[in-house]
Amino acid sequence: MAVLVYTENWDGAFKKQSFELVSYANAIAEMLNVPVIALSIGEVKEEELLKLSNYGADKVLKVENDQVNTLDNQIFTQVIGEAVANENASVVILAHSNTGKALAPRLSVRLKAGLATGVNQVPVTVEPFVIRKKVFSGKAFTHVNVKTPVKVLTLAQNSFELVENKKEFNTESLSPAALPKAATEVRSTNKQTGKILLADAEIVVSGGRGMRGKENWDPIEELAEILKAGTACSRPVSDEGWRPHSEHTGQTGKIIAPNLYFAFGISGAIQHLAGVSSSKCIVAVNTDPDAPIFEAADYGIIGDAQKVLPELVSAFKKMKS
Amino acid sequence: MKILVCVGNVPDTTTKVRFAEKNTKFDTNGVQWVINPWDELALTRALELKEDSSNPVVHVTVATVGRAGAEPTMRKALAIGADDAIRIDTDPEDSSFVAYQLAEVIKNEDYQLVLCGIESSDYNGAAVGGMLSEYLDLPSVSAVTGMTFEGADIILSREIDGGIEEVSLPAPFVAVVQKGIAKEPRIPAMRGIMMARKKPLKVVEVAEAETLTNMTEFEMPKPKPPCKMIEAENVAELVDLLQNEAKVL
Repeated sequence: MAVLVYTENWDGAFKKQSFELVSYANAIAEMLNVPVIALSIGEVKEEELLKLSNYGADKVLKVENDQVNTLDNQIFTQVIGEAVANENASVVILAHSNTGKALAPRLSVRLKAGLATGVNQVPVTVEPFVIRKKVFSGKAFTHVNVKTPVKVLTLAQNSFELVENKKEFNTESLSPAALPKAATEVRSTNKQTGKILLADAEIVVSGGRGMRGKENWDPIEELAEILKAGTACSRPVSDEGWRPHSEHTGQTGKIIAPNLYFAFGISGAIQHLAGVSSSKCIVAVNTDPDAPIFEAADYGIIGDAQKVLPELVSAFKKMKS
Repeated sequence: MKILVCVGNVPDTTTKVRFAEKNTKFDTNGVQWVINPWDELALTRALELKEDSSNPVVHVTVATVGRAGAEPTMRKALAIGADDAIRIDTDPEDSSFVAYQLAEVIKNEDYQLVLCGIESSDYNGAAVGGMLSEYLDLPSVSAVTGMTFEGADIILSREIDGGIEEVSLPAPFVAVVQKGIAKEPRIPAMRGIMMARKKPLKVVEVAEAETLTNMTEFEMPKPKPPCKMIEAENVAELVDLLQNEAKVL
């Protein structure tokens, strides 16, 4: 028996999310008293793989094969499924990311394994296997009882503390059985560079309709730069085209859980709160003292976001210097 | 080409969530039911593709797993413009059960493209689309934010970390779509509502299937301590609190 965790790499490198996943896998493995196996697909250097053992991986299983260079959901499902079978894993963990959401449901069917998605804590009990997760877009929690011998979980991003747990570094190569030709053909990839990804950001600076227009976004960008933060927006802002859809946080947009979330000129509609209520600390700036955002916020300023922002920029500049 | 759009019947987002039977069941009293927002965007895009006569799409079907109570939602999907509807007559149990029911219906038909919203706003499973594709042994693409035709080829945009990838793949396949796939969901017009009454809504018997998970209890989040207010003239205090009280900087 084992806990198997799939750690995705980005151009051969891991990031905080990968180590959160291994820390989480290790916490569950301790409850079950079984080893942690980290699965890496694609080309990753030894010194990078070694980092996984620092967070508790007893073994790093690597798959390097020309057919896994781009994501094809069927091929990746087959490879992970084979690793699970070989290692006799009883718990399989993926990130609740674009990739994890694409693969975990397929794995669940392939392995006849019950699936619990977007979890953010270790199981309440392992026998029976019961795990708590948010439902109704954060308005409530439920306890999911996973009834099958093998369980598949996806871990919400930025929701589990990194725990260093150095283990001896062991790697093994897995050569998957003959893979079919990938159905998915990637025609082009368009990546933003240099910006902090919203899903990875520990601090997020966000603006709403109260910013009054796209020409007023400079201080938000400036504050984000000072704090090494990601930028986000509310739905009306992306619908108006002031900001790209990829920045929309809320029920139908991105669900994020940064340590610190700034809401400038966002009233806090229930749909918006659904996307940001897992933030550890929320700061709201709004002219309307009755705005619902103040019910969700930890700290609030009643005032015009456009007047408060420049002052905050200089206050944070002072703090950083 | 025929497109199938899977739609879920979910409580309206502004619903006050309550539970019954000692917090083991969702209390449906007084709940307004709507089409799951992501599925509504999927349906909107499917209809846009059909209406553009340069595309090969000729027919859009919607399917759901639910009891008769889901029919108003299906009628709304028909009013928006779907050609016909299928309702699999059973309670939607877990994601795997729902995906299996849909797969059983789809496998005997010739849909070239199956669209699912990436998650439902009630249980947020983000699972049915992927599961369905595995049951059908079809390729799938997830986090799809755009879909167009290039002749007979379907080109999809999918979101990747920090960007967008354009991919293509041969039909049939399952596309799991998210925000961006269509600008805004359509609102049914009076003519659509009238026509929807006459469109076919087929009721299908449930197929035998097991569930892999069940929800044993629900709880509400703990109330949050009140927001600490800071004077607009005193932003230095906020910086200090974030640094020394909340310790998030």
